[in-house]
Amino acid sequence: MVDLATASSGPAAHDDEGAPLVELRGVDKHFGPLHVLKQIDLTVARGEVVVIIGPSGSGKSTLCRTINRLETIDAGTITIDGRELPAEGRELARLRADVGMVFQSFNLFAHKTVLENVTLGPIKAKGVKRAAARSRAMELLDRVGVANQAEKLPAQLSGGQQQRVAVARALAMDPKVMLFDEPTSALDPEMINEVLDVMVGLARDGMTMLVVTHEMGFARRAANRVVFMDGGEIVEQADPETFFTSPSSARARDFLSKILTH
Amino acid sequence: MDDFTSLFSEFDVLGAFWTNIQLTFFAAIVSLVVGTVLAVMRISPVPSLRWAGSTYVTLIRNTPLTVIIVFCVLGLWGQLGITLSSDFQRNFFWLSVLGLAVYHAAFVCEALRSGVNTVPVGQAEAARAIGLDFASSARLVILPQAFRGAVAPLGNVLIALTKNSTVAAAGSVAETSGLLRTMIENRPDLILAIFFIFAFGFVLIVVPIGLATTSLSRRLAVAR
Repeated sequence: MVDLATASSGPAAHDDEGAPLVELRGVDKHFGPLHVLKQIDLTVARGEVVVIIGPSGSGKSTLCRTINRLETIDAGTITIDGRELPAEGRELARLRADVGMVFQSFNLFAHKTVLENVTLGPIKAKGVKRAAARSRAMELLDRVGVANQAEKLPAQLSGGQQQRVAVARALAMDPKVMLFDEPTSALDPEMINEVLDVMVGLARDGMTMLVVTHEMGFARRAANRVVFMDGGEIVEQADPETFFTSPSSARARDFLSKILTH
Repeated sequence: MDDFTSLFSEFDVLGAFWTNIQLTFFAAIVSLVVGTVLAVMRISPVPSLRWAGSTYVTLIRNTPLTVIIVFCVLGLWGQLGITLSSDFQRNFFWLSVLGLAVYHAAFVCEALRSGVNTVPVGQAEAARAIGLDFASSARLVILPQAFRGAVAPLGNVLIALTKNSTVAAAGSVAETSGLLRTMIENRPDLILAIFFIFAFGFVLIVVPIGLATTSLSRRLAVAR
């Protein structure tokens, strides 16, 4: 259904694979009295696919959202491609344009058509010409398999289609890294795979990705590294094979035993 | 029936209503612009702008309209010598439009803010995530949806404004409520007919506004 092999010019640059693209150092955050992120150190290399898993309330979504500053942090530093995250204003907006984000609840602009959703960022934030933005958007919509829905409003699409449009919208900005915040958690079961297929394709094309998910199959198939979080801390990280077959921490073993028995 | 025809021939009833319609029209436009600016200020990330916006709303919304209009005429013109038109009567008209607009802008702002509250926070997050700054996300994503969610409360403000335009009488504008008083003075024998004319006149103006905004709010509702 989704043929990614034919898609032209993947947005990821491969020049110096392995160099750190996203770097978190000593990131700390509280929600009131709740300590949601405790001294997080995490590095994502260029071209790497990192999957964050953990029980709900472990801080994994918050961690994902701090990377494009949808959540502010109390302490620590976050750098993207060597530049520290600016505090506010135009600089921050420019940096966010380099970081694609896919939300759990899709968050497509409800008053705009699918095509307009995808072209809005390039035209308004990057100054791309309308015609160029449209043809690029159609290319991306085709890539995620919803080109035939381009003139519809988001509410007329299924959840799976909406989420694929959201992926195209993020890709249209040619991001250096893509963040996925539980992209399949709001989907009906039969629609989960169509979104995961798109994500696997992206990973194969060399996109740098940070994915918060409960889809262990995706983690096994596409991740270079699995990061396990619990209680606001990174408890352990390993390649998927090692993590799923022989997790080193008791907390990870406990978590896996709860989700993998069914 | 003769009573009505004699009243209409003796007094310029239609002219008076026309003045109210004009007051309403111009004040609606200005208050929509000012109210939108205020609403943007109140949702902006800049604390001083938020403070200025909410101070304006608190101050103006809680001041009687009569006081504002009398201030515009006697304060701005009478004391400070500010004129908005070289024509003596027209000056009072525009000063009253100013007073009406200043007052209703506070209500437009609050109606719009209620519209902003109909827009899920994820819309703003998505706008920020694709690199739009605050001004662009407000203009392209938040406000278009907020307006569509605020049609009904904005209609209520417009209805209130239509009727409140009669307070311009306090600003020496020759409009319906002034004419009402004159007519009652001159024709106390027809007092019921006079009241009926004015009550029915306003119903005639206001009912279509209500019908239009109700149907608009249904037609423009954002499907989610």
